[in-house]
Amino acid sequence: MSVSELFEEAYTGLKSLFVGLGITGKAFCQPQVTVIYPKQEVDNLSTFRGHVELVGKEDDPSVPRCVACGACVKACPSDCLSILCPVPVKEGQEDAPVAMGPAPQKGSKTPGAVFVDFALCSLCGQCAKTCPVDSLRFSDNPYMVALDRKEFRIDLMARLKRQAEEA
Amino acid sequence: MQAFDTAQLPRDPSSVRFEPGPTEDKLILSMGPQHPSTHGVLRILLELDGEYIVRAEPVLGYIHRMHEWMAEQKTYFQFMPNMGRVDYLHAMAWNWAYAGAVERLAGIEVPERGEHIRVAVTELNRISSHLLWWGAYLLDLGAFTPIMYAFDDREILLDILQAVTGSRLTYSYFTFGGVYNDVPEDFAPRCLAFTKHLRSRLPMYRDLVTDNVILRGRCEGIGEMDVDLARRYGATGPVIRGSGAPVDTRRAEPYSVYGKFDFRIPAYSQGDAMARYMVRMDELETSCDIIDQAVSNLPDGPCSAKAPKTLKPPKGEACYAVEGARGKILVHVRSDGGPKPYRVKLRAPGFSNLSVFCELARGTLLADAVSILGSLDLVIPEIDR
Repeated sequence: MSVSELFEEAYTGLKSLFVGLGITGKAFCQPQVTVIYPKQEVDNLSTFRGHVELVGKEDDPSVPRCVACGACVKACPSDCLSILCPVPVKEGQEDAPVAMGPAPQKGSKTPGAVFVDFALCSLCGQCAKTCPVDSLRFSDNPYMVALDRKEFRIDLMARLKRQAEEA
Repeated sequence: MQAFDTAQLPRDPSSVRFEPGPTEDKLILSMGPQHPSTHGVLRILLELDGEYIVRAEPVLGYIHRMHEWMAEQKTYFQFMPNMGRVDYLHAMAWNWAYAGAVERLAGIEVPERGEHIRVAVTELNRISSHLLWWGAYLLDLGAFTPIMYAFDDREILLDILQAVTGSRLTYSYFTFGGVYNDVPEDFAPRCLAFTKHLRSRLPMYRDLVTDNVILRGRCEGIGEMDVDLARRYGATGPVIRGSGAPVDTRRAEPYSVYGKFDFRIPAYSQGDAMARYMVRMDELETSCDIIDQAVSNLPDGPCSAKAPKTLKPPKGEACYAVEGARGKILVHVRSDGGPKPYRVKLRAPGFSNLSVFCELARGTLLADAVSILGSLDLVIPEIDR
C-alpha cells in the first residue's frame, strides 16, 4: 500500500466517522420520541386488542346479545372461553337445585355466566369472527396487570353490567 | 470454575463429533444457546484453533414447539394463530402461506380487495422485519445507535399495522378467503405517508451505517458464498440474492396479484455479508414501491370471500409458496376430508440458510462468524418450528 492510499483510506474513514457523528448530533437535538412510561402514556393504543368482552343489546346494554350457542367456545384454539347455562331439569327431579353446564343447553337462549381465561388467550379473534350475533369484541385495555393467575379469569357478564352502569 | 474436561465430551450426544484432536490450541466452544448474537436459542458448537474456526455445527431443538403436530390437533381455523408465532418477525408471510395452501385445497377465491390488502400488509411487515434485522445486525457488530433509528421508523409502521390487525407483532390477520377485517379508511394515506417518510430516511441510513468504514471492514469479503453453494444448500431470499441469483418467489412464481405490480428484484453478485446487507437495504425500497402500487388504487368490494364456518376441504393436498423476509416459505397441507388437517409441513427458509453457516464459518475468525451469522438473518423459532 502506497502512502497516498494510506492517506486516502484515513480520509474516507475519518469522513464517514464525522458524517455519522453529525447525524447522531442532529438526532440528539430533535425532540424525544420515547416517553417515561409510568409518568406519561402513549396515545396510540386505542386499536390494540385487549381481552374479549361481551356486547350488550341495543335496548338493554347490561344484557349481552349472546344466544349461548357455544360456537365461540368451540372455535377457540386454546380453550379459554367458557359459557355456563342452567341444565334442563329432568323429570321427577324438579325440586333439585339448578345445575350449571357448558353451553349449549336445551331451552336456554341466554348465558348464565361467561368467563374468559386471559392467561390462555392469544388474541387471535376466532371467537369474535365465529359469533353469529356479533356478541364478542375486543376491549382496549392493554395495561392489564394481576398478581395472581386466577385474576385473569374474567367474568364477562359482571364486566358488561359494570360497563352499562358506568355509561 | 471447573476446567473443560475433554473426557466428558463423548457423553454429550451433540458433541460426539468434536473429539480431542492433535493440536494443543484446539478449543471446543459452545456459542449459545444464550448468546446475544444468536438471536434466540441457537447453539453453535465451534471447534477453534486459536481464534480460527475449524468446524462449526449448529445445534437446534431448544425452542421446538411442535407446530406441525399442533396443526394435526386443531381445526383449520384454530391453527391460524400459530402461524404468527412461527416466524414472529414476518408473521404475515406465514399467515399467507398457510391461508393460501388451505384456499387452494378448498377452492376458495380471494376477492381483489383482499389480495391488495394482503400484499400491502405483507410488504409492511417485510419492512418491519428488515428494519429490525438491520438494527440487530449492527448491534451484533457493536454499533448501538442504529437500532434506535430503526425502531423509531418501525414504530410508525407498527402503528399502521396495529390499526389494521389489532396487534403489533404476532399477527393472525389472514382468514381463508381474505383478511380478518377491512382496513380503516386512513390506511392508504398512512401507508403512502410512511413510504415517503422511509424513503427520506434511507439516505440517512446510508450515511450513518452503509458508508461507514467500520461496517465495511466487518462485512466486505466476509462469509463469501458463490451461487452454487447457495443453491446446493437450498438457500433462498436475500441470502441467495446476495450471491447474484435474482431468485424471488414473487417474480418466479407470481402468487396473488404480484404479477400486476412493477418492482425490481435487487441482487448483488459479491456473495459476502455486505452483499446480503445491501440486498436487504434495497428491498426496503422495493417493498415501498409495492406498497405504493397496492394501496394507491385499492379496489372496492368485500375484503374477504365467504368461507364456511366449519371448513372441511376435500381429500387431497396442496402447496403454497410465498416470499418471506428470509426466503421462500412453503406450506404443504394434506387433508383427509375431516375438520382437521391430516398433515401440515412447514418449510422454513431459515433452516436452509442456517445450514450454509457451517461452510461459511470454516476458516474464519470467531468475530467474523458473528458477522456471518447476523448477515443470514436467522429467526430461530422459525427454524425449530
